[in-house]
Amino acid sequence: MFLFIAMPIVSVLTQSVFTPHEAVFKEVETCTPLVGCTTETSIDQDATRALRDAQPLGRFVGLDIYFNRGHLAVAEVGELWKTTESWGAFLDGLGNLPFYRAMGFTLTFTFLVTPLVIAFGLLVALAVNALHARLKGLVIFFSLLPFVITPLIGALVLFWMIDSRGILGSAVQWLASDPGLSLKASTGMMWIALIVYGVWHAAPFAFVIFYAGLQTLPQDQIEAAQIDGATRWQQVRYVVVPHLMPLVTFVALIQLMDNFRVFEPIVGFNASAHATSLSWAIFNDLGGETRQLSSAAATSVMTIIGVAILLSPVLVRTWRDFKGKT
Amino acid sequence: MASRAQKMPTGLRILSSAFVIVWLIMAAFPFIWTFWGSFKVELDFFSIADWTNALTGERTKAAYDRPFTGAGYYGAWVQEGFLHNVINTFIVCFFVVLTSLTIGTLGGYALSRSSYRYTFWLLITALIFRAMPPITLVAGYMLPFFEWNLWGILPTTIIVLVAINQPFTLWMLHSFFQNIPKELDESAKVDGCTQFQAFRHVIIPVMWPGVITTGLFSFLLAYNDFAVTSMLLAEENRTMVPQIAAFLGTTYTEGNIMFAVAAVVSATVPLFILVMFFQRQIVGGLTAGAVKG
Repeated sequence: MFLFIAMPIVSVLTQSVFTPHEAVFKEVETCTPLVGCTTETSIDQDATRALRDAQPLGRFVGLDIYFNRGHLAVAEVGELWKTTESWGAFLDGLGNLPFYRAMGFTLTFTFLVTPLVIAFGLLVALAVNALHARLKGLVIFFSLLPFVITPLIGALVLFWMIDSRGILGSAVQWLASDPGLSLKASTGMMWIALIVYGVWHAAPFAFVIFYAGLQTLPQDQIEAAQIDGATRWQQVRYVVVPHLMPLVTFVALIQLMDNFRVFEPIVGFNASAHATSLSWAIFNDLGGETRQLSSAAATSVMTIIGVAILLSPVLVRTWRDFKGKT
Repeated sequence: MASRAQKMPTGLRILSSAFVIVWLIMAAFPFIWTFWGSFKVELDFFSIADWTNALTGERTKAAYDRPFTGAGYYGAWVQEGFLHNVINTFIVCFFVVLTSLTIGTLGGYALSRSSYRYTFWLLITALIFRAMPPITLVAGYMLPFFEWNLWGILPTTIIVLVAINQPFTLWMLHSFFQNIPKELDESAKVDGCTQFQAFRHVIIPVMWPGVITTGLFSFLLAYNDFAVTSMLLAEENRTMVPQIAAFLGTTYTEGNIMFAVAAVVSATVPLFILVMFFQRQIVGGLTAGAVKG
């Protein structure tokens, strides 16, 4: 098992510091009588193949791929830092570099969707908990659907609805009374649509967890709060939410991880012109004719580092708990 | 519970019921809409003229004399051979679930009965693997697969999916086995069973609830995956989800998008059935993760 886990990571790391060989060129001089001599540059197939066989991994380039324009773009960022005056202009310029563009959307998505999912899930859980017992099963059944659905399919289903000719797209046009309005055309609208999809997809998860937490809510504490004259809002704020706090942490953790790897909705919404994420960048490098493995590998390594940073508080805490136990 | 003090005021009750209804519409309406629309022609499903066309099917009536048509399904299943992809999906799902459960039950049982020094590292790997986008690993698998000529076929994809899924399966089954009291297999051993016999005759009969829950989640992972299958499978071996993406990617002709709509509806049906029968296990699995994780 560890072979399958460790090997790809090692493989990714190695690939990210190599790049394919450049073709070896040779100059051939062809002379024809009367016309004169011309030199042609052509690819020396044999020499190229020999070089590729000698070093199958390609040229060793160290960290060059990490710093080139497609990734961290150190030179471009430095240039930008010197030439731009305001923060706004700097960030604008940064948004044009593919890696920072992907990073920007990934982080925005992660840190907007996660709290929204928690808040929405909690609201649904509270509302469902107040329902009649018979209805609950049915509600949970329908609530689970957006969660278990294949992410790509869920994204497509929503995408067809918000298409300017679909039902939601038409509704938005009607509300804004602007028949030319299209979600696909504007970056802001696309981001909102992606975030709505994110909440729609993940809210059932938060709902189910919180709903289960509500079943274990100690009744005597609620009663004590009522006797002390707490209003309904105060009961929720000071009794229910603290009781659910460990679950909130759990949901937040899972959601941070899931949202950080946002990928399918971008494919489903065909949104790559307006929003890209790190996962999408890797996918894009891997797919297509060229298969830029080393570029994809470099992005992968940086994504893994990003995940590690995101998870580090949790890892440290788990480590402490573990130390405490032994 | 039903004391008067705890009863909700009518206003709040209406508000919260209304909220539930809004949520239900949000959750279910897209599916109902797409299901309804899959029996229409494209000009109805994406109606420029009037959105009510999608309900009544004006254009569909004009084309087929009936407000419903199976043309999308015919195109997807017969013309494009979607059945082939469905079979591939079920092969992948079946073997992923089978392999991860076999390794998971044996490994999880062994880990739960040994000292708990492993468990921390197991939890960490499960966590990291849960966090890592599967596509980052795909980049690592791809080059060796090309080199060894293993790219594009089902078995390697199954292996990759199992590898991605395994830490999670192990972790879940491990915590499940820990809930089975040790005394159970100890008493079997006192009666003269070997360790393996104890597992075979005592643990296996009581382990099914946990195994089913874990299997469900493995199935969902394999079924829902897009990143791994679309990158590691050649065109003729595609599973359902990449195939649906391919319907959209190919040259845009009228009706082609309805193939995708029909395929999406077809791919949703198994999940629908799954939730219907295993709702309790899915909810149980999610909450078990929350309590223990």
